[in-house]
Amino acid sequence: MYLTKEEEQIFNGELGEGTQKAIELLVAIGDAYDAERLIPITRAHAASSGQEGDMYFVELLAKGGASCRVPTTTNPVYDMEYFHSIFEIPEKEAEVARRVKEGYKQIGAILSWCCTPYITENIPLYGEHVAFSESSATPYVNSVIGARTNREAAQSALAAGVIGKTPKYELHLKENRKGTLLVKVEATLKDEFDYTLLGQYVGKQIGYGIPVFTGISAAPATEEFINLCAMLNTSGAVPMFHVPRFTVEAQTVEDAFQGDVPEDKITVTDKELKQIYEELQGASGKIDFVMLGCPHYTLKQVEEVARLLRGKKIHDDVSFWVCTSATARFLAERNGYVEVIEKAGGHVVPDTCIDEPCWHPYRHKIGVTDSPKCAYYRRFKEAVVIRLKNCVEAAIKGEWG
Amino acid sequence: MAITLKCHKIVGGYGEGEALVSHEAICFYLTDPKTGIIREKGHELEGKSIANKVLVFPSGKASSVVQIDGLFKLASNRVAPRAMIVKDVETVLIVSAVIANVPLVDRLEEDPFKTIHMGDFVKVDADGRKVTVIK
Repeated sequence: MYLTKEEEQIFNGELGEGTQKAIELLVAIGDAYDAERLIPITRAHAASSGQEGDMYFVELLAKGGASCRVPTTTNPVYDMEYFHSIFEIPEKEAEVARRVKEGYKQIGAILSWCCTPYITENIPLYGEHVAFSESSATPYVNSVIGARTNREAAQSALAAGVIGKTPKYELHLKENRKGTLLVKVEATLKDEFDYTLLGQYVGKQIGYGIPVFTGISAAPATEEFINLCAMLNTSGAVPMFHVPRFTVEAQTVEDAFQGDVPEDKITVTDKELKQIYEELQGASGKIDFVMLGCPHYTLKQVEEVARLLRGKKIHDDVSFWVCTSATARFLAERNGYVEVIEKAGGHVVPDTCIDEPCWHPYRHKIGVTDSPKCAYYRRFKEAVVIRLKNCVEAAIKGEWG
Repeated sequence: MAITLKCHKIVGGYGEGEALVSHEAICFYLTDPKTGIIREKGHELEGKSIANKVLVFPSGKASSVVQIDGLFKLASNRVAPRAMIVKDVETVLIVSAVIANVPLVDRLEEDPFKTIHMGDFVKVDADGRKVTVIK
């Protein structure tokens, strides 16, 4: 790959070991994909995770004197103050989380600790070249916004944020952004949970690819897009999709395929959605927890939880959790939603991911969630996936099914 | 008998060891972090160890967080592969190899699944862009 004079200097370590390690990673990726050169990016999102591999790399860069050249937001770990006051968290795990948080602070990242930064803290514009890791974030910025990112790992996104550049390959090039298969939606999509099921089904069916959806008759809401993105890129590896008219890069199916005939086609009817729903079911009976906010709930979703819980009481044996961004948490508090949820016996926590050691006390517990992604992490004995309104009903009754 | 093949460097370095050939994708998270033994149910190499081998495989799989952390933990416990020869490479696998400091190459001038067999001794010189297979 061609490197400019300045990039050569960074590569040779003349600007410090931190930036050297960062550019080494970018060059390895660029070489693997035969990228001709690096291109500037305007922003990045690092899917920090509070795991050892993550800690190692951010510390390596930060201690080597690197700092972010473009705005770089961070993914949730967990709200340490809050969880340490209520749960015992193994010291070794807590230490990793502390060091990860410190590392990202030292490197000058924007400490958003949020997995949906693209709606509040770090919003690209159409056509911007960026480096966004995190399952819902990559397809959202590519498809809904029309910015350009590859399916990054936390570390490649961080390295890009530090250098302010990324190799020019794959989805940074228009010709690679065309659809690879057609998805005919004949199912009725009533709410955001149906988009969750649609994403889960299509991701599982296609694995890797750029699906083009037809048959979606009304513009999906933000939350519906978020769920579709998260599940397409968890059950599959889908970095981008088109919904002609409703995502920005294609007005017609022909546009979406850039004139090519689709290789393949799948059809999704109510039957497939029902089938995927049934796969996500489990034992009925008493539940120990309700877990919401994977991906992080938007302010609108927190409001909906408050509406469903107003004047109600969550069962004494059920812990009820809503994970959201610090921004949404702040506004939810200001708007009185947090008070309603807490009064009913629930928690609204910022900065926290469902796949973190803070949930250790629930590892042998059974609960419900509205997110298959939450169930996928296997932090719990069992997490049955049902609609939000059913989650709230189960919380009040103390049982499901 | 020794055969030397040209290759394409992705992550530099040198590593040698006995070949472990997998026709299925590998998820490092589904190996035992202390021993390198593959624990994935139904995997063709279930029960075999990737520790200190030269791993020949078609591609990585699974989410970026678990894949990277998986190889990193193996490397921390000194049971990572000594080098990796892959067919379809993607960003997450590259990041995993860089973080764990394991040489990674692709595009051998001959199909590695035809040329390299289980138990061959393989030297991967990523920086020199060559792989030597000793039968």
